[in-house]
Amino acid sequence: MGGNSPLTGSVSPMSAEYRRRPDIFRAICLFASILTILLLAFIFGEILIKAWPAISKFGLGFITGIQWSPNRDIFAVLPVLIGTAASSLLALLLALPLGLAIALFLSEDFLPPAIRHTIRFVVELLAAIPSVVYGLWGIFVVIPLVQKYGTILSAKFGFIPLFAGPAYGNSLLTASLVLALMVLPTITAISRSSLVSVPYALREGSYALGATRWETILSVIIPTAAPGIVASSILAFGRAMGETMAVAMLIGNSQRLSWSLLSPSNTLSALLANQFAEADGIQVSALMYAAALLVMLTLGVNIAGEAVLRHTQKATAGLR
Amino acid sequence: MLRLIRNKFLTGLCIGLSLLTLVPLFSIVVLVIRNGFPLLSANLFTQLPPAPGVDGGGFGNAILGTLVMVGIALVCSVPLGILAAIFVNEYAPSSKLASGVRFVAKLLTGIPSIICGVFAFAAVVMTTHKFSALAGGIALAILILPTILITAEQALLGVPYAFREASFGVGATPFQTIWLIVLPEAMPAIMTGVMLAVARAAGETAPVLFTALFSQNWMKSIMEPTASLSVLIYNFASLPYAYHIKLAWSASLVLVALVTVTNILAQVIFAPKHR
Amino acid sequence: MKGIVFFSAITLTLCFPRFPIPTMNRILLAASLLASSILPASAATALNGSGATFPVPLYMRWASDFQKTNPNITVNYTGGGSGKGVKDFIANLTDFSGSDVAMSDAEITNAGGNVLMLPATAGTIVLAYNIPGVQAGLKLSRNAYVGILLGLIKNWNDPAIAKENTGVTLPNTPITFVARADGSGTTAVFTGHLAAVSPEFKDKVGTGKSVTWPVGIAGKGNDGVTALIKQTPGAIGYVEFGYAENNKLTMASLQNKAGNFVTPTLESGAASLSSVTLPENLRAFITDPEGVNDYPIVTFTWLLVKKTYTDAAKAAAVKAFVAYGLTAGQAVAPQLGYITLPANVVSKVQAALATVK
Repeated sequence: MGGNSPLTGSVSPMSAEYRRRPDIFRAICLFASILTILLLAFIFGEILIKAWPAISKFGLGFITGIQWSPNRDIFAVLPVLIGTAASSLLALLLALPLGLAIALFLSEDFLPPAIRHTIRFVVELLAAIPSVVYGLWGIFVVIPLVQKYGTILSAKFGFIPLFAGPAYGNSLLTASLVLALMVLPTITAISRSSLVSVPYALREGSYALGATRWETILSVIIPTAAPGIVASSILAFGRAMGETMAVAMLIGNSQRLSWSLLSPSNTLSALLANQFAEADGIQVSALMYAAALLVMLTLGVNIAGEAVLRHTQKATAGLR
Repeated sequence: MLRLIRNKFLTGLCIGLSLLTLVPLFSIVVLVIRNGFPLLSANLFTQLPPAPGVDGGGFGNAILGTLVMVGIALVCSVPLGILAAIFVNEYAPSSKLASGVRFVAKLLTGIPSIICGVFAFAAVVMTTHKFSALAGGIALAILILPTILITAEQALLGVPYAFREASFGVGATPFQTIWLIVLPEAMPAIMTGVMLAVARAAGETAPVLFTALFSQNWMKSIMEPTASLSVLIYNFASLPYAYHIKLAWSASLVLVALVTVTNILAQVIFAPKHR
Repeated sequence: MKGIVFFSAITLTLCFPRFPIPTMNRILLAASLLASSILPASAATALNGSGATFPVPLYMRWASDFQKTNPNITVNYTGGGSGKGVKDFIANLTDFSGSDVAMSDAEITNAGGNVLMLPATAGTIVLAYNIPGVQAGLKLSRNAYVGILLGLIKNWNDPAIAKENTGVTLPNTPITFVARADGSGTTAVFTGHLAAVSPEFKDKVGTGKSVTWPVGIAGKGNDGVTALIKQTPGAIGYVEFGYAENNKLTMASLQNKAGNFVTPTLESGAASLSSVTLPENLRAFITDPEGVNDYPIVTFTWLLVKKTYTDAAKAAAVKAFVAYGLTAGQAVAPQLGYITLPANVVSKVQAALATVK
């Protein structure tokens, strides 16, 4: 390996001199990392600066109050915060098991490769559909269904606050269902990537010890792929919280506080989408305050996700 | 015996759940195809949008606009994301900077798409005093950066350490190891993330609406308001004219097809070397 | 031309043979981007506008027809809302803007006084309903419709509604009011009218682009409200005439100031307009017209242009475009659901337009 090579110029890679050369590539990567952090700092800084008038005027009452009346300059987002957390959580709860099931399906060989490739193709097709179209599909297909079955559900189980009537088509449930479908491809694609990259040696070892296929999957493969699966969940949750168009079209945009899944609700992103263009003065500031809260919410969720991850990583430490 | 039953049950459950998910999936795909197919023709790619009350026309300018803006977004965030992920994973995985970048990436995922648009509006549109495709591209770049960063990091993590050890063993520098061994091996997984990012960027309306506005004419430079498929769909679907609503569905179909074709191309070009 | 450069560059990069990192692809893309942005732009004057979504179809049609006879000028109008239009105009990002609520005095000051508000067209806002078993022609008195919106009247067979509709069987269905979720000039105009006819409404709810309604659900955009009305039996909501008409929604006949029940049509809307005298700055809000056949909820929509443009070519282009809208453009308005401006209004606007330089 001596002599010249296009990658090293005129210095031999075996010489000590070569190793002392500054790694320009490392510097570039370092720069990229710093740029990323700066970007977030700028964005969050911009949000906070614009939100400051509202923060100083409303303080924490913004988070605990329930009235949003732009024409009276009264702003508070408690119902909206609850709606955001509820819809994203529900969407993730629905999408995670389903997405994981499909990812397992695609990474193990339950069925022939041709079928697997078709399903993978169809799921990735889902990712390509624009959010406005999800909104339209929600309006034409999901709303009538939720209205119909929701009325039955609230008639039979209305005593549980979650299902209290009257059942609206434009409700938290509709938005959550459509959100779940929107984040499904993210979970499937990234989880599949993770599952597939589990070293074959691990699987063989497990089978060699006499485990059945599912015992291997549950005890060995999923824990090893856990970081990737959790990463996909974080991306999915972030997408669900940040989704504006589809939710704005489906959630009913109500400021009233309600525990029922079947009543209209609102999310921070939908609120921003609906009101930002026409807002001015203190309203813009209030909306930016809401955006800052959304970032805080993401932070909270991520910390929780990290805790989950640390718990699962204890089991797989040392495998790489 | 019990273990075998459990095994079969779980397989059945897995298949059942997958099939269950396929139902809404097919529902939406069928809806898009059914509503979008009638107006599908070559005109859609070559003509400009029709005025309300007038039939005919297409959305060639919107297709071009989407391609350009997604292209700009990719140019900005793919190198940035991959390079940052390389630093975090290969060069200094336990440093404070690395934890900072991981933290930042996760925070960025929660930023609503409209804020990306608002930020790009303040940063680009207000400073250049014009609505432009460039601003739209930058807004989309901010939107997709976390996806690319996080999937790139996962992809690099998925490359077995043995590869790096072998490479150092024959005397390669870190740069050579990363550039020639690790990165190509991680490419298929990185491409998964890039394709998810492309799909999202092509379909988002809010960031583009604030930065690139819209245009009914062909694009002449990247520093002017530009049409895009997502904004076209959003605008036309909310008009009360039946023809324009149908055109919106056709635009959705074209958008889905374009993204899928790009996805397939990427998978073919960056197919895993072995397996 | 540049578009073709772009398109081909992108296709080429996608077909490039596999390389360890697709830097080649990215370099090509960046190069083509750079090339196309420095390629000289064509000599046409480009006008950009944003603003009210209500007149979007009309302005788009005007732009398209105008460009056919004036190939050197491109006109581009996108919606985004009256508020955005005004903000973009003040920030000098657009050459003209659309607004359903003109501009407030504070906004005019922010624009440095360099703005002319020109009424370009007008429209009516209707109350569209979906009541099982009830066809078109429901009559709603002032007390009735204000009562519904305040949540005082909760059911369709309430005596207050039945009183005016003796020949109709009103079912025992709860009323679901559908409002706009997004801030909009339509809401501003609608609440403006309601506040003018009902002091209780003015006190409880007030006026504005975005208000808190005591009852009901909300949809996004005129199309969202239309979809909600269609899907919810017992619903009633406010939408622009064009949407109700094109989606075949049943519209209520409202009681006007003179006491008559007027069906919303382009003629009854035009009647309301003709009785208005425009002040010097051409900003007039018609909250409660007094004529016998006037439909009670109508509004002008304004084109905001600058008094003085720094670019003479742009000034000329704006004048030509608005002049087109005031003449040939008015003829195409009814076809799309807008009211043609009365002749006296047109002449006032043309006089104001002549002062643009």
